[in-house]
Amino acid sequence: MSAPAFDVTTQIGKPWKKPPFVQNPLLRWGLLAGFIAYLIAAYMTIDVNWARVYEGLERGKQFVLAFTSPDFTSRSGDIYDGMLESIIMTVAASVVGIAVSIPIALGAARNVAPLPIYLICRGIIAISRALQEIIVAILLVAIFGFGPLAGFLTLSFATIGFLSKLLAEDIESMDRVQAEAIKASGASWTQWINYGVQPQVMPRLIGLSIYRIDINFRESAILGLVGAGGIGATLNTAFDRYEYDTAAAILILIIVIVMALEYISGIVRARVQ
Amino acid sequence: MPVRETGSVKEWQRRTGRESLFHWVLWLIGIAIFAYCWQRISESTTWFFVWDAPRIANDIWTRATPPRWEYITQLGKPIWDTLNIATLGTIFALILAVPVAFLAARNTTPSAYLIRPIALLIIVSTRSINSLIWALLLIAIIGPGVFAGVIAIAIRSIGFCAKLLYEAIEEIDTTQVEAITATGASRWQVMAYGIVPQILPAFAGIAVFRWDINIRESTVLGLVGAGGIGLQLSSSLNVLAWPQVSLILLVILAAVVISEWVSAKVRGAII
Repeated sequence: MSAPAFDVTTQIGKPWKKPPFVQNPLLRWGLLAGFIAYLIAAYMTIDVNWARVYEGLERGKQFVLAFTSPDFTSRSGDIYDGMLESIIMTVAASVVGIAVSIPIALGAARNVAPLPIYLICRGIIAISRALQEIIVAILLVAIFGFGPLAGFLTLSFATIGFLSKLLAEDIESMDRVQAEAIKASGASWTQWINYGVQPQVMPRLIGLSIYRIDINFRESAILGLVGAGGIGATLNTAFDRYEYDTAAAILILIIVIVMALEYISGIVRARVQ
Repeated sequence: MPVRETGSVKEWQRRTGRESLFHWVLWLIGIAIFAYCWQRISESTTWFFVWDAPRIANDIWTRATPPRWEYITQLGKPIWDTLNIATLGTIFALILAVPVAFLAARNTTPSAYLIRPIALLIIVSTRSINSLIWALLLIAIIGPGVFAGVIAIAIRSIGFCAKLLYEAIEEIDTTQVEAITATGASRWQVMAYGIVPQILPAFAGIAVFRWDINIRESTVLGLVGAGGIGLQLSSSLNVLAWPQVSLILLVILAAVVISEWVSAKVRGAII
């Protein structure tokens, strides 16, 4: 932000005022007025059934209390199966997703790939990023039938969009000098990738992969809602039957696993970088 | 440098013998785990459906095209609801995230041993549970509708916004804070004039970034009954009205692209 023109003589004797965040006063008040108008319009069109909300507060209290006494035992079989399926889907989808996204990332980096391949790979990335997991899951369940295969494919597909894009950006911003040195020694294309490019992007690839495993696990928890396998189906049943203590147990397990993954990823990222 | 000598020729290798053995074992374990996972997935899959998949996909495609364009007249209100869920949810989330972020940042927290872990726990637990699950829970508690969607989005976004915000607070320039403190400012004045102006650009950026994500997430919240265009999607799916489904997917895609464009523009203007 550049400093506004400041004339000392006009400012003497006046108290200091905080400079506003948006400099142009017309734009500032216009934005504010538009925002308030929007809020009023939004408030008018949302019909909240306050009686129903008030009624629900009691159930909300029960749910919060359920966190103090989660029930891991009475549905332990279902919880165990669901969790195992979620983890299996996460691992398999992460492996396949990462393996597929590396060539696509190479193709989507302008300094490695020729233009036609670049456009195709960028297209794949754009499609994968625009479609949300749950919508992809619905379509894949319709096509492949219920079960973890649809979830596995969904997560793999989502991994490609995420990982390829970030990895391609890293490849594009790599140090050319090292790559050129390898090329000058007479390396073939695969040797060039292996010794010139790969060592430069490896730390980022590992960090991103671990982050994506974390995301995939979180996403795998909801895929069960549309029949794509994992813990989501069990959780949905628990909510439908108002078994808050079982639901609380599942949520606690999800939170603990995500926290553990985040902790591990912190350690690994600190080590590779 | 690991060099292997075969006869009189010295050959350069990337790793020493022990290192390559270690790598080999790691790969073996990894592949074994993947094979086990794949086997489990394959056990619970009906392979007949999978072999039949190309035909089914083709069938769905012929049913879904062309989209039923005239249905778009009924999508105005759901889109407005979706926008409201995302925007109001983001606003509520920011209101709640600001105090959490100040409590979680190392340099502003009142107590690093008692309050900071609680704030971090709030951040982790709200972040690790998907907005669809929050929506499921809130529908069971306060009934279906747009309001449940707004609250679900708000809760889910607290962790994200607070995490980015507290990292921004921890990275502030301490000399400015010291300068304000040296003028004799109180604790709150230091916050208002020393810290807040430094994190305001980051705050605006986070708000717009999260709004963009929330537009995405609120399009599907209707699948569990929390209002928005997802409601139309799920009812169209339930009656197998594929031309309507394809139109709704196109509208969602457009909404996502537009929100991403808006957020990129606004962030470009701020930073």
